[in-house]
Amino acid sequence: MFPQPIDKSSAAVKGTYRFVLYAFLLIWLLPLGGILITSMRSLADINSGNYWGWPTEFHLLENYTQVFKATPMLLYFYNSIFITLPTVLATLALSSLAGYSLAKHRFRGNFLIFAMFIAGNFVPAQILMIPVRDLTLKLGVYDTKLGLILFHTAFQTGFCTFFLRGFIKELPHELVESARIDGASEFRVYWSVILPLIQPALAALAVLEFTFIWNDYFWALVLVQGDEARPITLGIQALRGRWTASWQLISAGSIIAALPPVVMFFLLQKHFIAGLTLGAVKE
Amino acid sequence: MKKIIGVFLFILVSVNVTFSGTLKITNNSSNSDIHKLWNEQIIPGFEKENPGIKVEMTVYDHEAYKTAIRNFLQAEPPDVVNWFSGNRMKFFVDQGLFEDVSDVWDKNNLHSQLSSARSTVTVEGKQWGLPTTYYQWGVYYRKDIFAKYGLGEPRSWGDMMNIAETLKKNGITPFTIGTKYLWTAAGWFDFLNLRINGYDFHMALMGGEISYEDKRLDRVFDVWGDMARKGYYIENHASYSWQEGQAPMINGEAAMYLMGNFVVPDLVKAGLDGKIGYFQFPVIDGSVRTYEDAPTDSMHIPSKAKNKADAKKFLAYVARPDIQGTIAQASGMLSSNNQSPVPDDEFLKIGFKVLSESAGLAQFYDRDTTPEMAKEGMKGFQEFMVKPEREKQIRQRIERARKRIYKQ
Amino acid sequence: MKASFWDRNQLKLAPVFFLTPALLLFAVYVLRPIFSSLWISFYEWDGVGQMIWIGFANYEEMWHDDRVHTAVWNNLLWLIFFLLTPPLSLGLGLYLNQNLPDLRIVKSFFFFPFVVSAVVVGLIFSWFYNPRYGLLDLFLEQVGLQPLALLSDEKLVNYGIIIAAMWPQIAYCLILYLTGLAGLNKEMIEAGRIDGAKGWAMFWNIILPQLRPATFIAVVVSVLGALRSYDLIAIMTQGGPWGSSTVLAYEMVEQAIFNYRMGYGAALATILFFILDIYIAWFLIRVWRNEKGRL
Repeated sequence: MFPQPIDKSSAAVKGTYRFVLYAFLLIWLLPLGGILITSMRSLADINSGNYWGWPTEFHLLENYTQVFKATPMLLYFYNSIFITLPTVLATLALSSLAGYSLAKHRFRGNFLIFAMFIAGNFVPAQILMIPVRDLTLKLGVYDTKLGLILFHTAFQTGFCTFFLRGFIKELPHELVESARIDGASEFRVYWSVILPLIQPALAALAVLEFTFIWNDYFWALVLVQGDEARPITLGIQALRGRWTASWQLISAGSIIAALPPVVMFFLLQKHFIAGLTLGAVKE
Repeated sequence: MKKIIGVFLFILVSVNVTFSGTLKITNNSSNSDIHKLWNEQIIPGFEKENPGIKVEMTVYDHEAYKTAIRNFLQAEPPDVVNWFSGNRMKFFVDQGLFEDVSDVWDKNNLHSQLSSARSTVTVEGKQWGLPTTYYQWGVYYRKDIFAKYGLGEPRSWGDMMNIAETLKKNGITPFTIGTKYLWTAAGWFDFLNLRINGYDFHMALMGGEISYEDKRLDRVFDVWGDMARKGYYIENHASYSWQEGQAPMINGEAAMYLMGNFVVPDLVKAGLDGKIGYFQFPVIDGSVRTYEDAPTDSMHIPSKAKNKADAKKFLAYVARPDIQGTIAQASGMLSSNNQSPVPDDEFLKIGFKVLSESAGLAQFYDRDTTPEMAKEGMKGFQEFMVKPEREKQIRQRIERARKRIYKQ
Repeated sequence: MKASFWDRNQLKLAPVFFLTPALLLFAVYVLRPIFSSLWISFYEWDGVGQMIWIGFANYEEMWHDDRVHTAVWNNLLWLIFFLLTPPLSLGLGLYLNQNLPDLRIVKSFFFFPFVVSAVVVGLIFSWFYNPRYGLLDLFLEQVGLQPLALLSDEKLVNYGIIIAAMWPQIAYCLILYLTGLAGLNKEMIEAGRIDGAKGWAMFWNIILPQLRPATFIAVVVSVLGALRSYDLIAIMTQGGPWGSSTVLAYEMVEQAIFNYRMGYGAALATILFFILDIYIAWFLIRVWRNEKGRL
């Protein structure tokens, strides 16, 4: 482990470490604190410029229940989950296969395909609005969850392939070779050798992808019309208000919407921050 | 793994089934009180009168809706949509994306009931939508601050400048504004130009027929620049949204706000009930009649809608004086239907009077001219309000944009 | 002999099976639309009506467009600042890479900024900078300084937005580095310690090389983040005051979506795409040289 672990150091060292850590965490979370306080304010407070002071009255319960009352937020929440989870799974499956092939197979055009996957990431996505909308219409998946799942999977596959190829490339080739000599099929090698070894990378990527797709707003706006496929991000913005932005509701909604990705991070972090890791199996 | 495949299949199959007799409508007001009104009063009322029709309403964020509508109109639109009459509507009419609803007008005697807003939804003699509500703009001011310095409502531009001078001397900024999102600056331009050059000139300018370097606009920029140079607007207004611009007025650091009537509920909720007054933007040139900005909202039927028959029934229902009156009252706006009851709110009452006596109504800068021209123009106005000394370069830049946009 | 063809050719055929699903989806949903947007850049088109062929006129206009020049410079500024995020995140990651029981939850808190929607991040930073009621103003007042109108000052506005944007970006890179740090080879570190490597030398010679995959990804996503920046600008300034905080991506969305100029927007996207690709080509060539022949 680097740097030197301090869990066996003296209490004084640990104390200093924690002091610095929590002091920095406090500064780091200051903006978040601002959002949290805003989510408890009254609109009158916001409009009179009381952004940072003590709220004149607390509207905690009122604001958070309003988020659920004003729009079918539970339906949107459900939609978000059933858009995000399939997309993350599909993306990881496709890109780990592609990443393995690009890292460990020798064939003509290998590097070119890799370059293409990277390049595809670099287009500012909004410009694809009209072609992607038309394609979605043609496929008959406009205004459905599947339409969003397909697009997100396609668009994220490029980045994930790039991400995973790097990790797979770092794996010692002998592992793959010896499995092949033992008579394992290529799929077997992928399934039993590669996947377990890149588990940390997969877990980290799952968290990142979950967050990206969960937070998508633009594509949901373009590819969804009704309530049946609408994700939570769109639902929250609909609380905004026509002229006067109800920032207290948007803040409350955003905090609620931010919880699933944070929970994902909390649950998955043991796979990529501690435990069985890449280095442990390297020669 | 089986579960995952199951989830996929489930999603594949759950493509929404729309029953005949379902009417899909949008709502872009994104105000939960309005949603409540529609869900609990307007829609049930319609369903009761038209058994067999089920109305489904999708709520949108007002800004995002502008992007969404362009996409769904060409894809699978709902049956009734919100939009804005005038130039914004014409864009979609020209592309064949809105349905002609003249028959709804003919059958329901709307030509006389909606006479004042009729022109805003008429293209080539046909009606393409239903104007629902509109609202006045004007100067909202702190009565208590005016009283403290012995000031009354101005009757002329000279009065207005005297008021500003007095306030300024007493350490109160005359006007608050937040120009971060630009359109508030356009309100000033509209009113100054309407008061100095009148409606026909203004609309010709909006139509791209007149140069922004035209001499007749010099006076507009002189008057406006004079105010900016004297510090009549709050400092750093480009840092604030219109909403953040309310704060100095609520806190008594500024006394007036040129704004639409939608500002009132916020000010009242912030504890200014009874301390707010309204006056019409004062006359600058006595030879020019008074014209106002009064943006009109409307409802339309997309030409690709699936259930047009019921959609027309719905428009006819919404057009009724009682329904329009209810909607307008709840949204703090005026009903387009002249048979609707006169509102009892003091600001709506005076707004109604000002607008009915007006010699002509403009929609608003960003609705009367094309979106691109509006963006360029408003960026210039924002800069001018902060850096009036750059007038020449700014007008040059806007003019270059106009030439390109209107192909001259 | 059964299955012998498959056995003999498995290594050649496997890439086809492994790559086809991803490639197919990618080609249909990403590559083809990229080409159609390239195509659109030669037209004048409002996104709805008739398309009019105008050749290179959009590109010509771009060449003379002051706002595009501002956008390019601003993008450069974003890029410079965003390239600071990988080292900052690495520093933070090193500090956090400990096994204390409370760190698990602490790390989750550090992740938070990455998750919160850009709209509220932009909002809260705008309020932080608010020259009348903002925290920054309160602080400056305490120190006896004039209020700083960060977001309405044409010279300072970019820094204000970039700092707000770096907050989630640091969290993003932090995850990458925490993953990388967890994967460090214990034996190599021990061997290094036995050889007497300490502190900086240890970090530079043994740790950093092992973090190469994480660094590579962190740099790429930071470049991407810098050049695709849109959300925070939209909420904090809308490119203002008077266009001085615009960047290419913002300009593109404004033109294509809000101004109904799909053709011009597509031309801007094309240029942005090429700028990014030149940068990435340079990067890829390095990767390629590095890996040549290695599996």
